[in-house]
Formats: sequence, C-alpha cells, structure tokens
Amino acid sequence: MIVGNRKEFGEILEKLGTARRVLVLGCNECVTVCGVGGEREVGVLASELRLYWQKEGQDFAVKEHTLERQCDYEYIDAIRPLTGEYDVILSMACGAGVQYVAEAYKPRLVIPAVNTTFLGVTLEQGVWSERCQGCGSCIVDMTGGVCPIARCAKSLLNGPCGGSSGGKCEIDRDTDCAWQLIVDRLTESGQMERYEEIQPVKDWRTGRDGGPRKRVREDLKL
Amino acid sequence: MRLNYPSNVKVVKVPCTGRVDMLLILKAFESGVDGVYVAGCMEGECHYLRGNLRARRRVEQVKKLLDEVGLGGERVEMFNMSASQGQRFAQFAREMTERIRSLGPSPAKKNKEVLP
Repeated sequence: MIVGNRKEFGEILEKLGTARRVLVLGCNECVTVCGVGGEREVGVLASELRLYWQKEGQDFAVKEHTLERQCDYEYIDAIRPLTGEYDVILSMACGAGVQYVAEAYKPRLVIPAVNTTFLGVTLEQGVWSERCQGCGSCIVDMTGGVCPIARCAKSLLNGPCGGSSGGKCEIDRDTDCAWQLIVDRLTESGQMERYEEIQPVKDWRTGRDGGPRKRVREDLKL
Repeated sequence: MRLNYPSNVKVVKVPCTGRVDMLLILKAFESGVDGVYVAGCMEGECHYLRGNLRARRRVEQVKKLLDEVGLGGERVEMFNMSASQGQRFAQFAREMTERIRSLGPSPAKKNKEVLP
C-alpha cells in the first residue's frame, strides 16, 4: 500500500491561510489502512481545526467527507455539488489523490494534509515498512524475494557493501542490510548459485529516470 | 463509603478504557467541556489485557494535539484505579477539577461553527 505521514497541524494551518470554509476529504484506500487519511483521521483533523478556530473566535465551516478512492474520477466527481460551498479542499489522500482532486476541481484550491512517503507493508499494527520503489522491472526472483532497490540504502544490485555489519545497515542499527537478508534467504532456499550471477547495470528507463509513466490497456478501454 | 466528588464531573461509561478513541475526547472538547480525564483500571489488571494501556497512549496523543491547537495538553489526563478504590476515584475527580479550575474555561468555547 501507499504509506504516508500527516503534516504537522501548524503547517496545515499555514497552508490554509485565510480560508475558513474547508472540506476535509479523506480516502478509504491505502491512507485508511496506514492510519493517516481515512474517515477517523478526517474526523481528528476536522476536530483540530474546529477547536483552533473556536479558540480564535473566528467564523468557519468545516465539512468532513471520505471518498472510496481519490484516484478514480468517478468517486471524485460524485462530490461536485458539495465542493462549491467550500473555499478549500484539504485532501488527506496520497499525492496521486490530491492531484486528481485538484485536476477535477480546478481552479479550486486543493491542499495536501499528508506527506506521501513510500510503498510498503504493515509489519504490525501501527508499524509500516518500505518494500517497493516502483522501478518498473522487478528482479526479486533473483534476490530471494527481497528487493535491493527499495531496501538497500544504496540500491545495490550486487551487494552487500562494506557498510553491512552484523546484518544491519550502516545508516542505522535498526535497518536490516537488504543484502544480508538476500544471502540468508538464498541460503535457506538452496539458491546461492543465484548470488554468483553478477547483475548488469540496471536499465532505469522503466523507472522514474524515464520520466512520468503511463500505462494503457487497449483491451480494457470502453 | 458515602464519598463525595465534585458535581461538575460528568461520567461517561465505556465498557473498557480501550474503547476510548481520540475522537471521543476531541468531540467532548468540541461540545464545550473544559477538561477530560480517563479513569481506567490499574495497569496490568485489564480484563481485556491491554485496554487501559492503549487508552493511555491515546490520551498522550490527544495531549500533543491539544498543545498544537492551543487548548493545552494538561486539559486531558489518564488515571488508573481499581473498582474497589472509591477514595482514589473521588481524589482524582477533585485533583482534576482543581487543575481545570486553575486553567480556566476552555478557550474553544468562544465561538461555534457559524458559517452556513
């Protein structure tokens, strides 16, 4: 899923400027699962804004709404009648959702309340960890199911480097060395011969280096 | 025991303090209360194992949040007591009432949502 962090309240207030009619818009997908922008978090942020403006003695209107998804136009379009009543849409979705809402409701001001951080997994309730960088050409079959692009600080294709010590990465003692994990997994599964294969330089054109990506499936089009 | 506690304290019953969500506390402040305290069982004695420990973490989170919005985190607190400690219940009710009195009314009472 896409994982994010909520922005500090002060930063959100600053971004809102003089706007006092605010539609706080959540998303029921990834940001709900990672506890950053679902219905509950929309409630908390809306409550913070209400308490703050009540304290300041200001007039305001804060509306809470959560869409099934902010990355599909059909859901975004469904709130068109609602948006006219508010100065600002404060989106709690990932960067993709914020942009799609902004695109659908231009020139209305759309403000992000969340910093989108990574594609990851839930390690335990309340703990998430990065697993993928969307490089566009997956190689985890070669690396025992561990991605060195996302999980090695240097994204090394032939590791580990000299910073690996006791199974940990030199960047901090809590970060596993991805290449230690790879070697362990390859050993466990009897595939150490794969480790001997030298990986050539990666073609990054399938990743971000090739510019913004777009995917078209002609057979799925209406 | 015929113990007294201040009449300004309104009790909201929950099956376990683990039911207490951040939003419940925030909604109380939105409705105009001056302070909120959560009265949980003694740590380590939760019937549901970790309900009171979770409540404490949530109270800590609400403290941070109230500091951010300028109401002051000291308006919310978590206390632990067993079901047989009526005296402790009354004592915390008095302590919290005194604390909130010294802080004064919640500044969020000034205004209500007025824009249509």
